[in-house]
Amino acid sequence: MTTALKCQNLKKVYKSRKEVVEAVNGLDLEIATGECFGLLGPNGAGKTTTMEILEGLLEPTQGEVEILGKTWRQDESFIRERIGISLQETKLSDKLTVQETLQLFRSFYSNGITPEEAIRKVSLQEKANTWLVRLSGGQRQRLAVATALVGDPELLFLDEPTTGLDPQSRRQLWDIIREFRSQNRTVVLTTHYMDEAEKLCDRVAIVDHGKVIALGSPQALIAKLGGEHVIDFTLANDQEIDAKVLEQLPSIRSVRIVDHHHQLTINEPHVALPALLNYLQNNRFELVGLSTRHATLEDVFVNLTGRHLRDDETNK
Amino acid sequence: MSTSNNLNNDNESTNESAIKQLVLARLKDFFREPAAVFWVYGFPLLMALALGTAFRERPIEKLTIDLYLLSDSESQRSEILTILKKDPRLIIVESTSEILWKKRLRSGKTDLVLELNTNNLTNPTQWEYKLWDEPNRPESVLARNAVQNTILRTFLKPDAPTVKEHHLEELGIRYIDFLIPGLVGMNLMGGGLWGVGFVIVDMRVRKLLKRFLATPMKKRDFLLSIAISRLCFSIPEVIILLGFGYLFFGVQIQGNLLYLLFTLLLGGFAFSGVGLLVASRAKTVETVSGLMNLVMLPMTILSGVFFSSEKFPEFMQPILQLLPLTALNDALRGIMLEGQSLTELVPKFGILLIWGVICFIISLKIFRWK
Repeated sequence: MTTALKCQNLKKVYKSRKEVVEAVNGLDLEIATGECFGLLGPNGAGKTTTMEILEGLLEPTQGEVEILGKTWRQDESFIRERIGISLQETKLSDKLTVQETLQLFRSFYSNGITPEEAIRKVSLQEKANTWLVRLSGGQRQRLAVATALVGDPELLFLDEPTTGLDPQSRRQLWDIIREFRSQNRTVVLTTHYMDEAEKLCDRVAIVDHGKVIALGSPQALIAKLGGEHVIDFTLANDQEIDAKVLEQLPSIRSVRIVDHHHQLTINEPHVALPALLNYLQNNRFELVGLSTRHATLEDVFVNLTGRHLRDDETNK
Repeated sequence: MSTSNNLNNDNESTNESAIKQLVLARLKDFFREPAAVFWVYGFPLLMALALGTAFRERPIEKLTIDLYLLSDSESQRSEILTILKKDPRLIIVESTSEILWKKRLRSGKTDLVLELNTNNLTNPTQWEYKLWDEPNRPESVLARNAVQNTILRTFLKPDAPTVKEHHLEELGIRYIDFLIPGLVGMNLMGGGLWGVGFVIVDMRVRKLLKRFLATPMKKRDFLLSIAISRLCFSIPEVIILLGFGYLFFGVQIQGNLLYLLFTLLLGGFAFSGVGLLVASRAKTVETVSGLMNLVMLPMTILSGVFFSSEKFPEFMQPILQLLPLTALNDALRGIMLEGQSLTELVPKFGILLIWGVICFIISLKIFRWK
């Protein structure tokens, strides 16, 4: 196994008159060639800062990044020729066509694929001669990835590639990323979509407050929860059952109660569910909501931090 | 993957194409925006047309005379009209009451009033001529002289001396001749600040600058492409303006065309430098707009675009002469209107060169790439 990217004890400190912000606070990563690696975390966790340091666009306060065995300090142009980057929120020129945009980006690289091939890779053939102003959000995002692919990179950085896209566009992008990875090339991406990380990434690092708080394959991280399934239930009149009581039931690995909302991590739903329902009936609790599902990385994050990953879910 | 040797070979050829592609992208981006094209190419022409027409210094062609005739005789009326019509500039309005013509004269609707009392005499030399003018208005005074001349000439004896009239027609002294070089200078200034300053900040705001830096693109290539695009925009700008001046107003270039070309390039260079400096730190479009106004507005007024900078007080002159737009306008007028020699132009070239070089050096030192 060769290493595509490595960094140790990476720090980025922003100092202003009022405060010192440690955007990245001692981050270690080692990503193997051919891996699809996800940086996962809530907004403001330091994902984008980390990405920009890895991409050589930001100087770290401490630590060094090694990409394809070279450092930014010494071999910037070597690295630049071999990586592709899609930034968050780049606004390309509206009045250029897809083809022209890719031709421009292709001209920056010594080697690469043709603009036509890049267009084909992201399935924008029909839009090749369309001005960017007439592209949909999903098409723009695919073009952004195409500008990263046109230099035929060995390593691809994608910062929130699917944020704000509809499900179909997201799936199209996943296919593009999988296709790239299938050629034994490396992808580093950030996302705050759990399903995206689970479906796409070989390994993920969950980042919070500028630190990696969990690292591993999505399956392994979920397995660490102690159970692969989750039961969520709520009771009438905002009643709560003591966690210690619930833990006594069979097959239950962990219990969390937040705002009268019970969340049980379990091994086997077919064992845990009847036991739970029995208990509720015997003690005359009235059930108003019950669901079971597979555990997700979201559960991993909640378990680690007590918070939800996405802002919009914290108010639930 | 290619070998590193191969990579190096490719490097040289693609550099050229990167500049080419950047320039092409910039040109397409601009020419596909009709509004931008109008403001850069159309607007200066409209300004030249409006100002050139408004300040046209032609001889006064028409003078209005009110004729207040105190006589009922039709033959006397036609006789005085015949006399007055010898001067084709005179437009004669016959007035019927003193109240009416006084009002017309006071309000400037007529330039002069001829009050004529014939006393029913047939011989015009015995008539009583009275002229009412408004001595503060040049047209009125002109009309008085014209009417006096016409009348007196009619009765000159044959042995009176003849006076021949000649007109000196010289190009290059009209307002439009002064204006066109000023507009060319202003255009080069605007082009440098908008085309370099604004464009770069816009790219920075859109994170396009950052996106470019995430590729192997060379900063030098990027800056070079901006400079080349500027040149591509400026040349047609200037040609259109000069061509327009020539076709519509007959504005000619007296001096050496090569000097003119050199001046234009130097002016473009100086203001690209100023534009780059203005853009080097600005993070928002608002900031750069403010800075651009700070640079452009004073120079538009002080550097002699619309009127000569020599109208400002003596103590300001040393500073005004050092402004890049003053130097550029002076050089352009020197060449176009006076056909100045290289030695006369060199000080102005020097000022432009120094502005350009200093601005470029400072900009590159403080430029915010990321």
